[in-house]
Amino acid sequence: MNKVELENITVRYGDHTVLDNFSLTIPEGKIIGIVGPSACGKTTVVRAICGFVNPQTGTVKINGNTMYSKEQKVNIAPERRNVGVVFQDYAVWPHLSVYDNVAYPLKKRKVNKEELDKEVKEALRQVNMSSYEKYLPSQLSGGQQQRVAIARALTSSKDLLIMDEPITNLDAKLREQLLVEIRLMQERLGSTIIYITHDQEAALQLCDKIVIMQNDGSIGQIGTDEEIIKDPANKFIFKFIGVSNFLPVKMEDGKCYLDYSEPMLLREGKPEGYPDTDKPVEMGVRPMDVIFDDASPIKAKIIQTVFLGNIYNYFIQLGGQELRVQRITSGGEEDDKYVEGKEVGIRFVGEKYYTREEKADV
Amino acid sequence: MFKKAQNKDFLALEGKRSGISLDNAMIIFSYIALTFVVIIPVFMIIYYTFWDGTKIDFEMFKTVLFQPENLGALKNTAIIGVVTTLLAAVIGVFFAWLLGRSDIPLKGLMRFLFSIPFMIPPFLAAMSWDMMFSGRGGYVNNFLMSLFHLAEAPFNVNSLFGIIVIEVVYYFPFVYMQVVSALERMDPTLEESARIAGASQLYVITHITLPLTIPAISSGMLLVLITSLSNYGIPSLLGFSKNIFTLPTMIVELMNRAEGSFVGIRQAACLSVILVVVVAIALLIQRIVLNVGRYDIIKGKSMRPMLIKLRGAKYPLLIFSLFFLALVVIAPLVMILCISFIKAYGLPITLENFTLAHYQRIFAGSNVMVTSAIKNSLFLGFSAGLICLFLGTMLAYVIYKVKPKGSVVLEMMAVLPYSLPGTVMAIGCILAWSGKIAGINLYNTIWIILVAYIARYLSYVLKSSSAALQQVHPSLEEAARSCGASHLESLKDITLPLIKPAMLSGFFLVFLPCMRELTTSVLLYGPKSRTLGVMIYSLRVNGMIPSAAALSVLTITIIIIMNNLVNYITKDRRK
Repeated sequence: MNKVELENITVRYGDHTVLDNFSLTIPEGKIIGIVGPSACGKTTVVRAICGFVNPQTGTVKINGNTMYSKEQKVNIAPERRNVGVVFQDYAVWPHLSVYDNVAYPLKKRKVNKEELDKEVKEALRQVNMSSYEKYLPSQLSGGQQQRVAIARALTSSKDLLIMDEPITNLDAKLREQLLVEIRLMQERLGSTIIYITHDQEAALQLCDKIVIMQNDGSIGQIGTDEEIIKDPANKFIFKFIGVSNFLPVKMEDGKCYLDYSEPMLLREGKPEGYPDTDKPVEMGVRPMDVIFDDASPIKAKIIQTVFLGNIYNYFIQLGGQELRVQRITSGGEEDDKYVEGKEVGIRFVGEKYYTREEKADV
Repeated sequence: MFKKAQNKDFLALEGKRSGISLDNAMIIFSYIALTFVVIIPVFMIIYYTFWDGTKIDFEMFKTVLFQPENLGALKNTAIIGVVTTLLAAVIGVFFAWLLGRSDIPLKGLMRFLFSIPFMIPPFLAAMSWDMMFSGRGGYVNNFLMSLFHLAEAPFNVNSLFGIIVIEVVYYFPFVYMQVVSALERMDPTLEESARIAGASQLYVITHITLPLTIPAISSGMLLVLITSLSNYGIPSLLGFSKNIFTLPTMIVELMNRAEGSFVGIRQAACLSVILVVVVAIALLIQRIVLNVGRYDIIKGKSMRPMLIKLRGAKYPLLIFSLFFLALVVIAPLVMILCISFIKAYGLPITLENFTLAHYQRIFAGSNVMVTSAIKNSLFLGFSAGLICLFLGTMLAYVIYKVKPKGSVVLEMMAVLPYSLPGTVMAIGCILAWSGKIAGINLYNTIWIILVAYIARYLSYVLKSSSAALQQVHPSLEEAARSCGASHLESLKDITLPLIKPAMLSGFFLVFLPCMRELTTSVLLYGPKSRTLGVMIYSLRVNGMIPSAAALSVLTITIIIIMNNLVNYITKDRRK
């Protein structure tokens, strides 16, 4: 069953169109990540679901019921949409205690005292904040306030939770921890979670399915983490999802060359995925997919090496261009072999081909 | 549980929701309220000025403008305004520098003394100075005359010069306050780097410190200029007896002479327009002259600036400052206090001439007029405070949170009366609410004063509430909505509790000036709606000066208590 359906949503602020005919379906019981660069319209999507923005066209359905429809003149107030929201800036009410914050949605639903108490304690337990009931938000750290916000969203609706950049303001270690907790909590409760972030790594780690939005507010790709990493729909997605190198290439006499001032032979024959076009083409390749291989005729020079524990980061020079390369630390002789200034042979695996003119500003 | 809620939603889906949303209701109410309180009175002034009953008429305006009496008032207003502003700036900057940047002792005491003029109504200060330095029989004058065997009084406050002096000592704290806070927020490294580069102390003060505080000085001067131009209390108390008129006092005089005649009222309306034009010109000149080369190197956070050692000049400056403050701040208070105990005005101030009779009369309620004045002022203060509190907070919410199209218009409408002289606002209220519009006649009742107070002080609450509202992030209210609270509930449960301290201090910001108001009420009061200010004023005019003094002491006491309450509340908020 589909939890949330957005059909042909258009949102305009003055002359600026944020979402143009945007449609998206969110399946039940999954964590769906909506990922995209800053200001691409992610937050507008959730505000439309919650009812904080009224789209110029389109329909919003939750659990199959129409919540908003321009055409049918339906607009259900935010408070009656039963959506739990975790805001980016926590939005924990500073004048209420942790307990009162979490109890607020239940009070609004006129739940009786005993059940209210039970539910609040349960929600606080879910986020490991049971011992902070009496605290005021100002006495809590950012991470703790975020947990309170999640607990409050839980008492508001266990069913459908929207989290808008919930962990962006936290430090790296706490982020990691909260991601795990959100995953565990979702598994326990079977909630549907819409997780908004600009941090593609967190999304890849947490979400069952990822929706990648592009700068113009359109959806670039929907897929699992594996699909998106292995088979990015376009150059934008490829670039957005991780660090990438782009090398100019060309076909000549049925062979594929690196298109530098002194062309270097890359492949005999047309590589897989090479576009059928006369326009200039480039090749995208991840740092991990550039392999040091002394047997390869393509020679590059190591400019800089950075040791990061489990991996090495290299900056190498090839045909006047600088490339990022990563190699897993082997612990053997190889680690000492690739030093700054040394010339190495390189080859590429899993590369993608795009026309050079395709826009992909992340 | 969810099922139930959904079903309810579904029912709502069937029919369109009836009625208008809370936001729209508030927007409409804001427009209606501001139209009644602000727009109609202002419009009526313009209407009376340029409409002679049958056609558009500029003749009246010309006649009024070029009448010698009015030209004289215009000249006096300009002279008093300009000279007061310049002198107040010099004194204000001097003391600001002394307290902000030098190592003069007893700073805490002096800071406290500087805050006192803000609490005392200007006409009370003028009354007290009149008791001390009146040309005929001021107490200090008499004392000096007998001491030095003078034939004539050495000082005479009942003159243009006297009015200027009183206004200067009363208004220089405006400049002082602005500049001292700027000095405290200024980055001290700016001065230190000049010293390190080899500049002398004096050079640093004149070429670094002073230019950097120019924005603060100019905004302080602007305050003084506008307040001085529209002040009624001081020139009326000191000038009436010698026929020295300024525009505000002339307007009141014309209004009194008119006795309800159409032509007379039109003259007062014309003069009001002229006064507004003068204030507008002052604003404009100020902007042109002082907007050149503005910079903003003053930081928000407070730092500990390097203090300049006064060395040998320390104690002479201290003695001078204390003497000055004693004269301008303490002496008037002591004078009023003494007179409030004296058996009859003019008797020497000695213990055997003291009596508690004036206070007894106030508290025993034997003078019905006095009792009703106290009641009226308290009623006006509380109701204007409460109404402004709700209307102003609602306006702030509409303007800064709902942000409808045309919210700028709403804001301009709300702050317009703030820059209009109180006299003008009062004339507008008389013209609007004396039965001319929809037969509403509030003239001679307490309600017309209430309407005028609301118009004048609404912007105070608007400012304090909007500052607080801007601190409330929209997501706090949205969080409440998504937790199942209706719009009204989210306001009640979240937004209002968060801005409660600001609303409370907004209430007092209105209550306090209402308690000491004279300018508008002197034009609007009726037989049964005298305010404290009007009562004190008329007691004095009728020669019952000790009674006036006793009532003044009572007023000042109420104001000081309330003022401390505000400070207590606002301090609590900062924690």
